[in-house]
Amino acid sequence: MAFRFKLGAWSSALLLLLSPLTRAAGEKATDLVVVADTRVLGGFNRYLADLYNHDLWLFAIHAVVLTTILGGTLGLLMDAIMKRIGIDLGRKKTAQQEH
Amino acid sequence: MDWLYMHMPIAGVDIFWPGLLLIGYAVGVIGGFFGMGGAWMVTPGLNILGFPMAFAIGTDIAHIAGKSMISTMRHSKFGNVDYRLGLIMLVGTMAGIEVGAQVVMWLERLGEIGPVVRWVYVVFLALIALMVFYDYGKAVAGRKKSQDPSHTGATGGINWAPSLHKIRIPPMVHFRVAGIYCSMWLPILVSFITGVLAGFLGIGGGLLRMPALVYFIGVPTHVAVGTDLFEVMISGLYGAFTYSLKGRIELVAVFVMLCGAAVGAQIGTVATKYAKGYGIRLMFGFAVVACMVSIILKQMGVTTTATFIILGAITAICVYIMIIMFRGAAQELREKRCASSQPADRVGAER
Repeated sequence: MAFRFKLGAWSSALLLLLSPLTRAAGEKATDLVVVADTRVLGGFNRYLADLYNHDLWLFAIHAVVLTTILGGTLGLLMDAIMKRIGIDLGRKKTAQQEH
Repeated sequence: MDWLYMHMPIAGVDIFWPGLLLIGYAVGVIGGFFGMGGAWMVTPGLNILGFPMAFAIGTDIAHIAGKSMISTMRHSKFGNVDYRLGLIMLVGTMAGIEVGAQVVMWLERLGEIGPVVRWVYVVFLALIALMVFYDYGKAVAGRKKSQDPSHTGATGGINWAPSLHKIRIPPMVHFRVAGIYCSMWLPILVSFITGVLAGFLGIGGGLLRMPALVYFIGVPTHVAVGTDLFEVMISGLYGAFTYSLKGRIELVAVFVMLCGAAVGAQIGTVATKYAKGYGIRLMFGFAVVACMVSIILKQMGVTTTATFIILGAITAICVYIMIIMFRGAAQELREKRCASSQPADRVGAER
């Protein structure tokens, strides 16, 4: 009798413990889908947002290509400006190296 | 004051764009001056400005790719990049970034991304600060010792590379530029671990990869710097691609930051010509601590103070570096003017 009572108590405890877990496990969670709000946008920002909403792969390719082009162009432009001022960054000696 | 705010359509937030420009500029100055990416301040900075954490990470990693383009080009001209090593490491780096990005997406689904990334950043920045202060203490002690005539000047350090090279798991590869012969799996493992960190925190990973290349793989320091920059560029581009596919990137913010970074990088690089002493390292350490404090404040919900602290700290260090640069440049110009006027005076006196 005591054994049956113990078994019943343990199974109820296990059920109580498992039920929220099984409920929480439920369906497999998916990534949150974010849609760009294009209502207040214009120009290039609008173009990028539309691209993001319609073709994610094309948006990703744009991200890589545009970042590369902008990074390279700005770097080269600033190098040219510094050279024009008279500072050659290619052959610089630091103050610590000089001393 | 609406014009000071820019709408980010994917993240759905309005961002104070001068703050973006300042962060980009500061990363450029600090990165150019200290020779490291400085991305450790961008993710927390963007998050404090109002970006959701996953967007802050994605935007940061894309901005690193653009910023490291020119540095890699410069180093490759000097022959400081071991492309074979860099290409082999790409396998580990890209796999690592993907793992890091997947962990970010998983944490976002759980709704735990903000606090987890913030606390990981706090630990990470605490380690950087410790490293900087330890380095400063060592430099000061070294200077004192060099003044002591009884000091022989012998130095020693930890170098695991020879022991790790004895692990001969095929295929064994010879890296010509770096001048080492080791198992291919060694650089792959190192790059995988740094890749996970880069993908998770949105950083370049150079802070870890550089010492790992030197101490674990045995690459000479100058080749380690060039190869690491190559790795940062590729990891940034892959990070930009994968975070774009996951829809966690704001390209316009990347472009604004890049404009600031391009100017800042030149100022930081030029300033290294005129910087003397170790005081600047101490200031860098304090900037890292300030960044750490602002992340803790953001976590506690004190966003305004956190914004002021992070923007204030990076402004202070930028102003300090700019003062070094402008003073040094003015001194150099004065010396050049004196040197060019002296021969003219001598000619006049001889006549």
